Amino acid sequence: MSIAWYLAVSAIVFSLGVVGVITRRNPLVVLLCLELMLNGANLSLVAFARMWGNGDGQILALIVMTVAACEVCIGLGMIVAIYRRHLPVDVDELRELQG
Amino acid sequence: MSTILFFIAGFGTIAGAVGVVVLRDPFYSVLALVGHLISLAVLFLLLRAEFVAAAQVVVYAGAVMVLYVFVVAYVGGSGAGSPGDEPLGGVSGLGSSASNLRLGGAIAGGALLIELLIALLGTGLKAISGHGAGYAPGPRTFGTPAYIGNLLLTRFLLAFEAASFLLLIAAVGAVVLAGRRGGLEDEDERGPLIPLDLVRPQGTGTTAEGVGGQHR
Repeated sequence: MSIAWYLAVSAIVFSLGVVGVITRRNPLVVLLCLELMLNGANLSLVAFARMWGNGDGQILALIVMTVAACEVCIGLGMIVAIYRRHLPVDVDELRELQG
Repeated sequence: MSTILFFIAGFGTIAGAVGVVVLRDPFYSVLALVGHLISLAVLFLLLRAEFVAAAQVVVYAGAVMVLYVFVVAYVGGSGAGSPGDEPLGGVSGLGSSASNLRLGGAIAGGALLIELLIALLGTGLKAISGHGAGYAPGPRTFGTPAYIGNLLLTRFLLAFEAASFLLLIAAVGAVVLAGRRGGLEDEDERGPLIPLDLVRPQGTGTTAEGVGGQHR
């Protein structure tokens, strides 16, 4: 398959992630949709690495996976902390930072 | 053969992503994401990124998803029934605003998709319609663990060290965020202060002292 097909799949996955981040209200699902966006970007990085035949894109994809693991770690820690303080687990209800 | 595999894996990837967005129960969303990640690893393999595919399956579909399942089991049971988290339908009072949000999200996502497709596929890059650079299988060729390790420890050493430091910071941050080792009694959950509390040593006169279990 040509590289363009992989790029189309990555664009679709990224857009689905954006739709999920906008529409869902459970912070757990918002984190999952962030993962979708990172995975779409990863797929295009690996596809471009294949296109040029060098490994820079693959290294960047690995670094992105590391950053995603850190983000999951912190995000889930925040959700557990929210739950323990008996606050609603809903991104529309958590508006203290909004003023 | 690779064409058939691409369409199977691509369909699995997109179907998993749709499942994450539209499924109501967070637990099913996590399971859909696992399917999405495994299909994505097949796509990585088709792109000759063997090490990235293996890391994807082991780190993402293995470790990170187990973490998600733990947190969903801890939190999601009560959160699933909260109003406003229905992707389909919605509660009577919130119905119109939720459907407006959903419509706006779908329009924004569609516009972004069209823009991305124009930006990615409408470029003048000739190589996009090709099959990529030349590839010869071998033990140290493009995408193998030896190749990736060589790059990580020579050209990208700074990024490698920065990523390891970032992991350390994230681990410390998670412990600080989620850890509360001092027992169930919190500072603001203690009983009201009475005047006698000011003159006696802290902790005396409580039930904890009586049973010999004073821990402060």
